[in-house]
Amino acid sequence: MHIPDGYLSPATCAALYAGAAPFWYVSLQRMKRAFNTQMVPLLSVFAAFSFIIMMFNLPLPGGTTGHAVGVGIATIVLGPWASILGISIALIIQAVFFGDGGITTIGANCFNMAIIGSLATYAVYRLLSGRASITSARRVIAAGVAGYVAINLAALAAAIEFGIQPLLYHDASGAPLYAPYPLRIAIPAMMIGHLTIAGLAEMVVSAGVVAYLQRSEPALLKRTAPGASEQGAPEHAAGNLRPVWFALAALLILTPLGILATGSAWGESPPFPTPRGLRALASFWTAPMPRYAPPFLKSPAFGYLLSAMIGTGIILLVILFAGWMANRRSR
Amino acid sequence: MGSYIERTIASLIAASERAAIAEQVAFSKGALQRVDARVKVAGLFALIIVVAASRRLGVIAALFVIAAILAAASNIRMRRLAGWVWLPVLFFTGAIALPAIFLTPGRPIAFFGVIAITEQGLRAAAFLIGRAETASTFSALLVLTTPWPWVLKALRIFRCPMIVVAILGMTYRYIFVILQTALEMFEARQSRTVGILPPSERRRLASSAAGVLLSKSVQMSGEVHQAMRSRGFRGEIHLLQDFRARATDWCWLAGFALLAAASLWYGR
Repeated sequence: MHIPDGYLSPATCAALYAGAAPFWYVSLQRMKRAFNTQMVPLLSVFAAFSFIIMMFNLPLPGGTTGHAVGVGIATIVLGPWASILGISIALIIQAVFFGDGGITTIGANCFNMAIIGSLATYAVYRLLSGRASITSARRVIAAGVAGYVAINLAALAAAIEFGIQPLLYHDASGAPLYAPYPLRIAIPAMMIGHLTIAGLAEMVVSAGVVAYLQRSEPALLKRTAPGASEQGAPEHAAGNLRPVWFALAALLILTPLGILATGSAWGESPPFPTPRGLRALASFWTAPMPRYAPPFLKSPAFGYLLSAMIGTGIILLVILFAGWMANRRSR
Repeated sequence: MGSYIERTIASLIAASERAAIAEQVAFSKGALQRVDARVKVAGLFALIIVVAASRRLGVIAALFVIAAILAAASNIRMRRLAGWVWLPVLFFTGAIALPAIFLTPGRPIAFFGVIAITEQGLRAAAFLIGRAETASTFSALLVLTTPWPWVLKALRIFRCPMIVVAILGMTYRYIFVILQTALEMFEARQSRTVGILPPSERRRLASSAAGVLLSKSVQMSGEVHQAMRSRGFRGEIHLLQDFRARATDWCWLAGFALLAAASLWYGR
């Protein structure tokens, strides 16, 4: 994801330097206030740590290997502002000294990986971990998901930056001057590698390091876990999940809105003329409530609502049953 | 599995060696090594921007040739430059640029079965590879002919905040301290590993290594902070400015400016 020189136009590079500058400024001010004289050694050592983590070759499921950026763990331990600066510094040294990433694209790389990556990690980690205790398994999962989402959002930003180049910059013959692929190619090309390999690498490092810190140094996880207890206090899952239950109830009540729209959803109706094989398979299974309209009800709105309730209920029952089975096996 | 640890150790050693060689070359005698660091930072950064801005392949090619001549005059072996910069950039950018010669719409100039190579596609690939190679060569010239602390001090001419310069300098030094720690950890693990570890165990090993490194880094930052405080650090940063531009440095600056302006003019 380290964009080299020559892939982005000077104007795009300048815009992304300008976009990154306010975040760097705010991060620097916040760090000065929060850490005072400790800021310089803390950021230096952490930037060096992030640099080394980017060199670790991680074995991934499926037999491949990948490199993490370290933005997930840096944000969870230091907070988003310090992570923005730490990862930016590591990226600058990588670009200038080791030629990994370009000099004109330092702003773009920092914007994608350090800024979007840190803020996305923080938002997802806080949202998913809630007030779970420091040693909770939920924090490990939240860290893994946060790292995965952060890297993929950063990759998406890079893909958009690549994809707009041929739209904006080409020579007289129409040849693209910078990254040559339009959005419809750049986005899938970038995302396939990141959704499968790079995202997994970040997920493994973020979740693995949080699990390690929970066992050895839980105090390091406190900065981004306000209100969480350090010891593994039992969690009140129902209390933590209350907003989710309310949101689910609201969505259930709003389901009849789905029948207000005219026409049918694209791609859900069989093609015309219907191929013979498709016609033969169509009668293979008859749903008990076809088209979300139970045959015993006359009101379409109520039928829709009832279908939503039954569907949600079945999903919850399956999950509860799976959880019960998993608990039984672990005992 | 032994190969996993060995590969990690090899990549850590390679980074260390590369930095050591870069420092050695930076202190050797050569054309660019004699130039004031501020002139080199300003001149080479300007040329990198010009490479990115140029809309003519001929200008980019000419700048590449000039970069290679500067490298030869600065005692940088072509084989080293090829191994460190040219070939990795060619493989990476070439792999990205290759499909463009078929996918870019335009005038077909050759056919591979039903797939056509277009003139616009070839030009797009040439722009991408040419720019990446030339900019990387200029960027390598800076690092291979200038000790890192001088590069950082020279950043002050761009009004880079002093605190950022200090953090960049300290980070660079601590990269090698943490690199050494990581190397020792993996070597210790390698000496205790017999047989092949399954992939899940390798992942656990990598995560634990990262976790231990993180704990050590936090501890180290605390110790460094205490050491700085004990030496009187109160948050103010002072950098020694010992640069002195000579007449030859002004000539180099004029040369860089002329080259950048001419390339910008012909490449527009």
